[in-house]
Amino acid sequence: MSIRVRAQESNGVINIRALMSHDMLVPEDDGGPHFIETVEIKRNGTTALTANWQFTVSRNPFLQAEIDGASGDTVTITWKDNKGESDSSEVEVR
Amino acid sequence: MISTKRRVFLKGTLAAGTVGVAVGAGLLAPSKLLAAWPSEAFAAEGIAAAMEAVTGSSDVPDGDVELSAPEIAENGAVVPVSISTGMDNVTEMAVFVELNNQPLTAHYVLGDGAHANISGRIRMGESSNVIAVAKSGDSWYKTVQEVKVTVGGCGG
Repeated sequence: MSIRVRAQESNGVINIRALMSHDMLVPEDDGGPHFIETVEIKRNGTTALTANWQFTVSRNPFLQAEIDGASGDTVTITWKDNKGESDSSEVEVR
Repeated sequence: MISTKRRVFLKGTLAAGTVGVAVGAGLLAPSKLLAAWPSEAFAAEGIAAAMEAVTGSSDVPDGDVELSAPEIAENGAVVPVSISTGMDNVTEMAVFVELNNQPLTAHYVLGDGAHANISGRIRMGESSNVIAVAKSGDSWYKTVQEVKVTVGGCGG
């Protein structure tokens, strides 16, 4: 499991791009459904965006978002899936 | 043609009735969407019920919501979809695939400093309308775009 995150600031807006490693199994798959239900994006510890997902989000999900902020801020991305697994990644905004 | 429309109307009425009962019984509090993964909305079958579970109405007006998706998706397993709006005070956005069994695909809650501009990738089993909705203030607005899928993406 891993999350690749890029967070770049321009004109007071942080552009966040996250690529999450997850099979996102649909109900018809062996072991499915097994998918990311929620993704939370925090800036300096405060929640800026919450994503609630269905298993119909593509495998190895990609999420791009924009939030107000500055270079040097800390952005944290955390996902949780329907089987209680989770992963988190923290980056400094460039 | 007439019978088709009648069928859609009946389906819509039945779905609205069911959700109305659920709301009345307190099973479907709108605030639930903000608190946790909205299981009822994701389980809702048919576009009318899914829209109603998220927005409180199956009849959301067209509005200033941008939906960027390919007109033809060669691979239904990875369909890039971007949603945005220029409206103020946007607190929630969502994406539905009309012909998926459970149409609600993604629901976003915008918090502190979040811009109403979000991109992701979704799966589509067949050609379908994709519907994006955004909540500005207390009102929901939608936009609809058809995406033609040449190879479906919901199989194993």
